Amino acid sequence: MIQNTFTVCSNRALTDSVYRMVLEGPLEGAITAPGQFVNLKLPGYYLRRPISVCDWTDDTLTLIYKVVGHGTEAMAATPVGESFDLLAGLGNGFDPSLSGDTPLLVGGGVGIPPLYGLCKALLAGGKTPSVILGFNTAEEIFLQEDFETLLEGTGGSVCVTTVDGSAGTKGFVTGVMKDLDYSFFYTCGPMPMFRAIESVAATSGQYSFEERMGCGFGACMGCSIQTKNGNKRVCKDGPVLMREEIIW
Amino acid sequence: MVNTKVTLSGLELDNPVIPASGTFGFGYEFAELYDINCLGSIALKGTTREPRFGNPTPRIAECTEGLINSVGLQNPGVDKVISEELPKLAKVFHKPAVANISGFSVEDYVVTCEKLDKEDQIGLLEVNISCPNVHNGGMSFGTDPDSAAEVTRAVKAVTTKPVYMKLSPNVTDIAEIACACKEAGADGISLINTLMGMRISLTTKRPVIANKMGGFSGPAIFPVAVRMVWQVYEATGLPIIGMGGVQSAEDVLELMLAGATAVEVGAANLVDPLASKRIVEDLPAAMERYGFTSLTDMIGGAH
Repeated sequence: MIQNTFTVCSNRALTDSVYRMVLEGPLEGAITAPGQFVNLKLPGYYLRRPISVCDWTDDTLTLIYKVVGHGTEAMAATPVGESFDLLAGLGNGFDPSLSGDTPLLVGGGVGIPPLYGLCKALLAGGKTPSVILGFNTAEEIFLQEDFETLLEGTGGSVCVTTVDGSAGTKGFVTGVMKDLDYSFFYTCGPMPMFRAIESVAATSGQYSFEERMGCGFGACMGCSIQTKNGNKRVCKDGPVLMREEIIW
Repeated sequence: MVNTKVTLSGLELDNPVIPASGTFGFGYEFAELYDINCLGSIALKGTTREPRFGNPTPRIAECTEGLINSVGLQNPGVDKVISEELPKLAKVFHKPAVANISGFSVEDYVVTCEKLDKEDQIGLLEVNISCPNVHNGGMSFGTDPDSAAEVTRAVKAVTTKPVYMKLSPNVTDIAEIACACKEAGADGISLINTLMGMRISLTTKRPVIANKMGGFSGPAIFPVAVRMVWQVYEATGLPIIGMGGVQSAEDVLELMLAGATAVEVGAANLVDPLASKRIVEDLPAAMERYGFTSLTDMIGGAH
């Protein structure tokens, strides 16, 4: 974990409620795995906002976030050039070494962003990922083209599903997932999607959880959950947990 | 040159700054960020006789200048605290720590304190009779003078370490409870724990916190802390560990003028993990700015 000041380089809407913010600042190698998150201090709000990292370089961070309340509203209204105090390198991320040769990545809505960094890491490791991106409707779609560009010529694939059938395959991500062969799965999204995935998954996998947090770095016990391996803090021992340890 | 040393019932501290129980774990998360030996001491996560998972989530709600928590005393239980957490702490912290003890019966408090009494790493027992987040215990001991006195007497009988009773602000007359603890033999008083609070979501139309209510802390409660430290100092003259919304060296000085000998920093650690370190570093300059040369000499100076 590091604490530094980061400056907003860009901040624009991808859909009605989802934004992409690029920040620049000294990361000091703090991010050690895809699926980790940052905790961002917004002026005027007491608690930090935990946001998953979509992509990063040595000194930039890409965050994709959904406006769900006053804090994320203020984030969306933040102009380029503004700075934030940020804790980076938080949490236990995805483990690309578990993937096998043909991993499956399943994202639902605003759970999709951390899978982008994971997909990059898997490609860098010579793997061939398949990606399923689930949305409610066509207007909500984001990151599809980014994944397509990333996977072009790699043998990997991207499939979009929408619940209302307005784009891609009609239905839920599990409708596509149940017909695929894969060596391991990684997923991030809402709990109902997790339950559906759990019922069709054919291999071991990793789930990335969300919980209301206090500190974001393991001190306050605000986000604890019970697992087969004892109590875990979603912020520190998670957000990524192994399929086998989760109590449903 | 200013002198930041203070003494809590014989326990000498390099400075009065102590991260508050429940906001600092067992210390080692913060030791990844800085050398925590700069702190006066550390108040460890509230410890109970048996392991506890605590309350369902969500356990946290944001407020203006503060937060509500309803963790519910999650901890691995006193035996594991002694066998696992204290050895880990020993690697990164070389000063006496403050143990924080909660219970659901007088016997719970006695058993837990008796075990912690044998640990050399523990310099002081902060006995929490004020947790707002557990039923049939916790705060119920701290809102009735007779119960508060009973826990105090029972704990004092099984330990030679200083016993500081941690009081709840959710009472009409804090001085009455503090006096009951003093008469029962308490070495000092620690206050304030969190104020009972609640938030309701306009989206879900339901309480934000799963347990509905929780403990409100953060800078919003600082004036309540100053007032209650003042009242307890007047009423008892006992040494006091003051806390409640402290976020700067100036806040430390203000609580000490009200009567605190040492000061705990709580919610601030959760928002800024370097908060306690920053307050320690800012203290000498703040003392010089306001004309204090010795912290010990300024305790209760506003009375």
